[in-house]
Amino acid sequence: MTPATTTGLAPRAVGTPHVRLEGRDKVTGAARYAADFPADGLAHGWIVTSTVARGRIASVDDLPALKMPGVLAVLHHGNAPRLKEDFAGTFGPDATTQILQHDRVPHAGWPVACVVAETPEQAREAAETLVVTYDTEPHDVDFRPGHPAAYTPDASPAGPGRAEKGDVEAELAASDVVVDAHYSTPELYHNAMEPHAAMAYWDDGRLEVVDTTQGAYATAQDLAQLFGLDPASVHLRSEHVGGGFGSKAQVRAHLILAVMATNLLGRPVRIALTRPQMFSLIGHRSRTAQRVRLGAGTDGRLRALEHTALSATSTLREFVEPSAAYGRTMYDANGHRTVNNVLPLDVPTPTYMRAPGEAPGSFAMECALDELAERCGLDPIALRARNEPSVGPVSGLPYAGHRLLDCFAEGARRFGWAERDPRPGVRRDGRWLIGTGTAAASFFTGVFPVTAAVTANADGTFTVRITAADIGTGARTALTQLAVEALDVEPSRVRLLIADSDFGNAWLAGGSMGTRSWGWAIQLAARELRERLALGAAVPADGLTVRSDTEQAVRALAAAERHAYGAQFAEVAVDPGTGEIRVRRMLGIFAAGRIVNPLTARSQLTGGMIWGLSAALHEEGIRDAASGALVNADLAGYHYAAHADVPAIEADWLDDPDPDDPVGIKGIGEIGAVGSAAAVANAVWHATGVRHRDLPIRPDRVLIPEQERAGHS
Amino acid sequence: MREFRYERAADMAGALTLLAAEPGARPLGGGTNLVDLMKNGIERPALLVDLRDLPLGRIEPTADGGLRIGATVTNSDLAAHPDVRRRYPALAQAVLAGASGQLRNMATVGGNLLQRTRCGYFTDAAAPCNKRSPGSGCAALTGEHRNHAVLGASPHCVAVHPSDMAVALAAFDAVVVYETLDGPGELPLAEFYRPVDSNPQLETALPPGALITGVVLPPAPVAAASRYRKVRERASYAFAIGSLAAALDIRDGIVHDVRLAFGAVASRPWRARQAERALTGGPADAAAFAAAADAELAAARPLPHNGYKLPLMRNLAVSVLTELAEEAAR
Repeated sequence: MTPATTTGLAPRAVGTPHVRLEGRDKVTGAARYAADFPADGLAHGWIVTSTVARGRIASVDDLPALKMPGVLAVLHHGNAPRLKEDFAGTFGPDATTQILQHDRVPHAGWPVACVVAETPEQAREAAETLVVTYDTEPHDVDFRPGHPAAYTPDASPAGPGRAEKGDVEAELAASDVVVDAHYSTPELYHNAMEPHAAMAYWDDGRLEVVDTTQGAYATAQDLAQLFGLDPASVHLRSEHVGGGFGSKAQVRAHLILAVMATNLLGRPVRIALTRPQMFSLIGHRSRTAQRVRLGAGTDGRLRALEHTALSATSTLREFVEPSAAYGRTMYDANGHRTVNNVLPLDVPTPTYMRAPGEAPGSFAMECALDELAERCGLDPIALRARNEPSVGPVSGLPYAGHRLLDCFAEGARRFGWAERDPRPGVRRDGRWLIGTGTAAASFFTGVFPVTAAVTANADGTFTVRITAADIGTGARTALTQLAVEALDVEPSRVRLLIADSDFGNAWLAGGSMGTRSWGWAIQLAARELRERLALGAAVPADGLTVRSDTEQAVRALAAAERHAYGAQFAEVAVDPGTGEIRVRRMLGIFAAGRIVNPLTARSQLTGGMIWGLSAALHEEGIRDAASGALVNADLAGYHYAAHADVPAIEADWLDDPDPDDPVGIKGIGEIGAVGSAAAVANAVWHATGVRHRDLPIRPDRVLIPEQERAGHS
Repeated sequence: MREFRYERAADMAGALTLLAAEPGARPLGGGTNLVDLMKNGIERPALLVDLRDLPLGRIEPTADGGLRIGATVTNSDLAAHPDVRRRYPALAQAVLAGASGQLRNMATVGGNLLQRTRCGYFTDAAAPCNKRSPGSGCAALTGEHRNHAVLGASPHCVAVHPSDMAVALAAFDAVVVYETLDGPGELPLAEFYRPVDSNPQLETALPPGALITGVVLPPAPVAAASRYRKVRERASYAFAIGSLAAALDIRDGIVHDVRLAFGAVASRPWRARQAERALTGGPADAAAFAAAADAELAAARPLPHNGYKLPLMRNLAVSVLTELAEEAAR
């Protein structure tokens, strides 16, 4: 492992901007990612995926491949080592781990074989010549509301499938104004810059693994369970990770197959995914179909709020995209019903993707509120002010920090919202119609128990060890800043080591909980160490180590509605003749707790806003009904916003202290992606006078709006 | 990706001989499309003949006042050439509207003409596709065809040609010149791309073993007032969903000469001759531009999900021609 370069942090570093500690290593290529590690005798695997969407593997003709130059093994369901059948990992039971364990094909792009060879080129060539035949069965990828297989799950990690209070129908009937609108979002794909890759080998009785993962500890534990190994015998590292967004939180096929192959061959094996494989093997965000019904008085006060969302999952695992949960903590109404339904189809298993639930859910709810504001003749911000709850609408719990309206006030001031003419479709700039829109954002502030160790070394330096992950967010730098602050020593004396499963239990980089959870543990251990040293504790030759576990502290936290908030603003230009949309500027003002490193925090927030822009206008996985496969499974066909689509984006934040919270940090990885798509969509309405409720808002949809598109999507 | 041989041709005769000797050979320019297709198994050449040492990298005036553009001129050099920018501005704009700076630095004029469709079924070896695997069917007809052809398609294939450059070349009556072992030849761009009919796998009228040596642009005074506008699903780095090359010469308020070509509507760059005929000799106003576009689009046969291309192309024609007319009036 290359040690992280330690460059000077300013004393009292928390709250001051700092470049990434490993930035120089990354831009010079010194930082090694999972596929960069050399090993003596390294062999290379290449995954073969199914070309059919449902059926059984009839045959795998491995003999020709085995005769090809350099080929060492062809793994398939007929010869692969057995894994733990009823595996239940960090995220519960997960049949997507049962790679090469059966002949069933649950979706297009499912792994059906893996060729291992001396070089990646040999493995790839043999993989491409491998003939796999199938007994195909009719597949169903027909995602639609009203599908008979859809159901309401009991619960997902975001809460119960259904939450209800009051009488929605009665309140709707008594409302002066009712909005009843359907929204849809397409399949979305993470596509971290660094493709998934892993290398595995045995060394001195331990399974050594380098993977690209958002949580080295959790991945090591899950891997041990899957292969029936003593967890202590698995050592997993992931020092540098080139983006994750939720796609690197689980044990995936590349890792499983690398371990299988190294077990079989007794030599190191590396497997990296191709970009097209990242469209079927690592999860995605499901399509959603959402219906929002809002009932209000003429004053805009909500009487009824109903949000019903449908997402798809695979036949392997129930994963619910909980879009409808968004309103449970944001807006109150006497009649309040939110339901997340799910529909199993013959599609790859979806997973967590940046702001799961909140991103598509806020699009529907924040657009519906914009429609309600229009119908009530109210300013959209005034409408939200009128509906600010005093306690959690469903939980009844008090809010711990609730500065949404302050975010709107500051954002409105900076954006020039007061001068906005509310009428749609009346501003022109040459061939462009101009409009502005706004939306609220929130993301829950969670925390997980974490362990950390801080060591005072005999030479006067300090070493922090924690199984945190820096997936490009700047976590390594932020955690070092927190350690420096807690130890109250010169920054040059502190070295932080992360992403090594031997450092002990730690929550993964996900749910915007990483820095909060890890920082808490570092703070506890560092403060105790500082106190012991201040009381004269001697530092032995092998150092003085204090370990922390935040289990009790986390449990002691008083129950409350804890969230980060934000107000999103966008200005767009729409050419009604061509359907082109250009976002001209975006502004996001957030209240997201204590900001540790303003430089990387701003990058996180603007990155999230760009994520929303891209979802609003560009991104869409297109699944072919006939084959059940994606038609655009590469970066040429699946469009992210290009640089030219991304305008001047400003993100800033308000002070958001919470005196009752020992750590005060809220997550910032996801909130930028909440509400941003709605702000863009609302701006498109303001520009054109046409509501676009299906994402992405493509030129063809602008040219031929939904109302005229009868029967087509 | 299969193993293949690679040869760097030293001269034209050597290149032609190499290509003739190996039926599975492909000429290599910048490789920006061919190598991608080799990676996903769509193209499986046994031999690549690299043309970049051949003396085809120049842009020269022709005796009659046109331009001759060598086949290995890069897209970047083509777009930057002063004569192209001054005399055929729509061509420079079209080239710059395509790909990215890095790709344009590699991509060549010959390769640009011969690039393959980006239809997602063509580039997926597991999907039926008559262009890739004749007789296997066309998955786009009943599948995803939002960016497929509305003009000149057949039930066998509805893919569109992805080139921006070729749209401008079509507007300016470019002629493709080539060399064979039996001697040189030429094809007007209008005849270079074959109609789709029942053989979508046959894309050009180039004789077997022929090598494109360049493109000749005849003199076209009207081209000095020309424009290329491209509409795509993001602001850059995407293929067109509709594009237009237009040139307009107005004298005394009457259209004296006009050139119009549509991109992303057909299997080839679509020279809009009906529209040109409708406009020539008539007024240069929005109503005339719209009527002319409608005349061209009267033959369109949209599929269920690409009907938006009709208003798109009509609006694009009106918008760009109006811009050109207004600029001419200044």
